[in-house]
Amino acid sequence: MSDVNAPATAPRTDVPMVLAEQVSKSFGSNEVLKSISLEVKRGEVMCLVGPSGSGKSTFLRCINHLEVLSAGRLSVDGELIGFRETHGKLYEMAPKEAAKQRRDIGMVFQRFNLFPHMTALQNVMEAPIRVKGLPKAQVEQSARDLLARVGLAERADYYPAHLSGGQQQRVAIARALAMEPKLMLFDEPTSALDPELVGEVLDVMQGLAKSGMTMIVVTHEMGFAKEVADSLVFMDGGVVVEAGDPEQVLTNPQHRRTQAFLSKVL
Amino acid sequence: MSTTENSGASAGRTPPAPEPASVPIKAIRLRHPWRMVFAVVIVVVFALLLVDAAFRPAYDWPSVGKYIFDRRISQAALVTLELTVYSMVIAIILGVILAVMRLSPNPVVKSIAWFYLWVFRGTPVYVQLTIWGLISLIYTSIDIGIPFMEPWVSFPTQAALNLFTLAIIGLALNEAAYMAEIVRAGLLAVDRGQEEAATALGMSWSQTMTRVILPQSMRVIIPPTGNEVISMLKTTSLVTAVPFSFELFTRSRDISAETFNPIPLLIVASLWYLFFTSILMVGQHFLEKRFARGVGDRQPEKKDPGTATGAFTGVVPVIGSDPPAIVTPPKDRPGGQQ
Repeated sequence: MSDVNAPATAPRTDVPMVLAEQVSKSFGSNEVLKSISLEVKRGEVMCLVGPSGSGKSTFLRCINHLEVLSAGRLSVDGELIGFRETHGKLYEMAPKEAAKQRRDIGMVFQRFNLFPHMTALQNVMEAPIRVKGLPKAQVEQSARDLLARVGLAERADYYPAHLSGGQQQRVAIARALAMEPKLMLFDEPTSALDPELVGEVLDVMQGLAKSGMTMIVVTHEMGFAKEVADSLVFMDGGVVVEAGDPEQVLTNPQHRRTQAFLSKVL
Repeated sequence: MSTTENSGASAGRTPPAPEPASVPIKAIRLRHPWRMVFAVVIVVVFALLLVDAAFRPAYDWPSVGKYIFDRRISQAALVTLELTVYSMVIAIILGVILAVMRLSPNPVVKSIAWFYLWVFRGTPVYVQLTIWGLISLIYTSIDIGIPFMEPWVSFPTQAALNLFTLAIIGLALNEAAYMAEIVRAGLLAVDRGQEEAATALGMSWSQTMTRVILPQSMRVIIPPTGNEVISMLKTTSLVTAVPFSFELFTRSRDISAETFNPIPLLIVASLWYLFFTSILMVGQHFLEKRFARGVGDRQPEKKDPGTATGAFTGVVPVIGSDPPAIVTPPKDRPGGQQ
């Protein structure tokens, strides 16, 4: 009924959803990302795996401009992120413009980051009302639909403190979807969860992938990567060590570092 | 199988028998005789003090009764309340601005806020109030216009700022320095992830501040602010340094100077201060409750919190059905197999 989060309706073009060209990022003298080049196609689900500190999360945060690139170019849906290009010159974006770009990019955090002073429903409704300025009644209806789709219709009026970790993360996913993003970023969405709650969040993500959403998922859940992802990227030390078909990379890793890492986590 | 006399078990495959009910503890309660003794002693001492106070002539209770609703006193009480409210409102607004300035990435803005705090927190409020009283000697006129040019408007300071205004300015500017630190602590107490989540949703800085950060920092800001309001109510007694003399304490001193009977009037003033602080405490209680939504309370608003254990049973998600279900049955859940 409601077409909340229907990425399939976006015009199909040849432009990849995410295009990273030699993306680098340094914090002071510490180079966290070293010339990363990646392409994520429309409707593709990409899993980023690798040891902690390998730059996966930083790369993810560069995509919605929570971190500013030090070098390289990064565009989402053909649009340069964080910069405007006029006559071959780059201009840093004003916060307002950057905020506008972020509307179309949903992000889910490891620690959920739900607004604790709002109920689940209010969490989901906040951005569409404040950022998009949509009428409240309409937003409430689609927010309730979204909560139902993540299986939390009855928890709409609960505050985050009264929800389990898995439930909170599903509300967080609904909150991101409420902005009808064309791209969803997941930053270790299940790492902060009790093992028995991981499944319910992955279920929601798998369903979302099936609906055609373009997703980039930083994760340690290799089972999820193998089953749901279209491509898998293994990062270490700020570089892409190996990338390709998840099945291929996971069962037959080519690079020694990938082999070493997978032998520990699988 | 121990005590399996429960009727529910019918078929061959019985569910595991419930554990036998635990036996409630029947023990003689531990007695605390000394608690009783101390309580009695304290009550007796307190009662003696009260009775003594009631009959001690120096307190002069009839005079207290006479002056408590004296017009001059009740008007002075109102002035005290006005001083408190006006200066606190200004101090809170200024405090928020200063706190945000101190957290600004701009080093100049940051330093200015720091300098303000350094000056206004580092000198006694009594000294500051005295200086404000002398302001018309320092700046004889207030000019509005372009610097180094003939001013457009100019009026004498003494006429523009009466003593009441000066008292409020003095109190507010001093208090703002303290409020700034309270607000800053509140802002810093909010998890960084909150700002990130709001930013990632496309909210602007001001939306993030007003909708996400400030409401959450209120929980941290309100208790010490309540403290500051009560403190301010009493600090108003220092505006005699300006010299502004129509507030509660100075007024009662003035009256007692005529009657040569200071003690009952001090009691009168104290009772009024106590009355106001009591009201403020009630107000603070309700404000705290308002801003504790979702966090301060550990009781669920609705029936069952559904945490941890409830998580799996409670959710069984929508399958198929009208809206394209995101959730698939847990059977083929990914990540399950390693």
